[in-house]
Amino acid sequence: MLEFMEGSHAVAEIVKRCRPQVISAYPITPQTHIVEDLAQMVANCEIDAEYITVESEFSALSACLGASAAGSRVYSATTSQGLALMFEVCFNVAGMRQPIVMTIANRSLGAPLSIWNDQQDSISLRDSGWLQFYAEDNQETADLHMIAYKVCEDHDILLPAFVCFDGFILTHTFEPVSLPTQEEVDAYLPAFNPYQRLDAENPLSFGMYATPDYYMEFRYEVDRAMQRAKQAFVKAGREFGEQFGRDYSGLVEGYRLEDADTALVAMGSICGTVKDAVDEMRENGRKVGLLKIRTYRPFPAQEIADALKGVSKVAVLDKNISLGNGGAVGIEVKTALYGSGISVYDYIIALGGRDVRKRDIAAIVDLAEKGKGDMFYGLRTEVL
Amino acid sequence: MTAAELIAYAAFEGGVFSQAFPAFGVERRGAPVQAFVRFSDEKVRLRSQIYEPDYIIVQDPTLIGDVDVFKGMKAGGIAIVNTEKSDFDSGVPEGVKVYTIDATTIALEELGVPITNTTLMGAFAAATGEIGLEPLEHALRSRFSGSMADKNVKAAERAYNLIGGAA
Repeated sequence: MLEFMEGSHAVAEIVKRCRPQVISAYPITPQTHIVEDLAQMVANCEIDAEYITVESEFSALSACLGASAAGSRVYSATTSQGLALMFEVCFNVAGMRQPIVMTIANRSLGAPLSIWNDQQDSISLRDSGWLQFYAEDNQETADLHMIAYKVCEDHDILLPAFVCFDGFILTHTFEPVSLPTQEEVDAYLPAFNPYQRLDAENPLSFGMYATPDYYMEFRYEVDRAMQRAKQAFVKAGREFGEQFGRDYSGLVEGYRLEDADTALVAMGSICGTVKDAVDEMRENGRKVGLLKIRTYRPFPAQEIADALKGVSKVAVLDKNISLGNGGAVGIEVKTALYGSGISVYDYIIALGGRDVRKRDIAAIVDLAEKGKGDMFYGLRTEVL
Repeated sequence: MTAAELIAYAAFEGGVFSQAFPAFGVERRGAPVQAFVRFSDEKVRLRSQIYEPDYIIVQDPTLIGDVDVFKGMKAGGIAIVNTEKSDFDSGVPEGVKVYTIDATTIALEELGVPITNTTLMGAFAAATGEIGLEPLEHALRSRFSGSMADKNVKAAERAYNLIGGAA
């Protein structure tokens, strides 16, 4: 049943139904509504969870790491500067193979200070060992949390995940969302079964010193688990579809790509605007489609190459910039399509909350078709 | 933002898809803010701000002059302006119908505070015909409880009937 609610509230409601045992977070715009809702739910005894209040994001994720190592299902949420402050702990969580799920309410990073949306924050944690899923709307955001716990806690994976949804554009938007009941969530997501945990009777150490004789093997194992996570995501997404009717078995998702000459590639809420723009361009006889990337980590290079077979031009929309070498998604799409003969152009868009309209998408398609790309789109003219 | 949320919720209750979002500003009471609503028979996918509104609601008439509140409006559009002046016509584009309502006075009389969201929602429903009185009341009763719900419903209905007579 569809209900009308704010995106942040949908996240809090679905997290509640995922039955986390420990929650620790530090409020920061635009993530705040999620953790306020959860704090209230814990205070009202609607969730049987420990809510650990802390003085910073560094402590929030550290508390989560300890709780996860002790065998609890753990949840946190953050954004932007908060995620930056967690940088060190993020690597430790993944290295210690703790399946923590954390919502990222995507926001730009300072300086200059900006509370508005882009995806620089989570993209900048690309190499930390966290799975990264990006949602197009608030339904997908809610659903991806259930899938994330399922994938992360799989004993063949044991990695943490970011569920990323665009700050304000989704967090603060009210729209219809269908939330499964507690019984339905329980049927999909069984209780957490830790592979190993801190136990005074059987002492273990996590995250110990690794000399040059052993360190590389740990990174190798995380990378292998990342690669296995592709299949685990496909399986969990398919099972989700079977139970709830919304299929997430694709690491990528094509929209009107059949017979397309030019394909746009994007992640997150911009995909909705792109779909509307694609429909309009199709009405005008232009052969355009969209490839949405749902999992940025692991990166679905093969799936992208397969989905874009047959197009001649690709326009990648990047809500981030790897300063000095273009957008992070564009760089990887170019690698995925290396040797295919397809021309790939990258467009840096929407940094710091710059609004993107359907006509901007059409203008980007025009640029790609003229062979112009690898550029910032929509800059104020005085800097040009 | 509350007015946008309530209008979108009432539209959803009335059987269409809807979306409401703020203009991503720093939200504090008294600061100029914008919020947007879309409704459609199909799922709303578009996420950009609204540049060519079919309808606008101006909650604070002191903004008019500082901000071009009618920007992007086309003939056939409808504006609902909270003002005590009934002869209001400054800068209205051709073909845009303006309904004025003294929502602040109604809100003060019905709610005891100059918060005009629910009053203007009633005016919007009557002026545009996009929302029925029943889903409107349902939206208000799920947002407010007890006597606050009753008072807000009464404020909305008063505006609905006032504009309904004029529409």
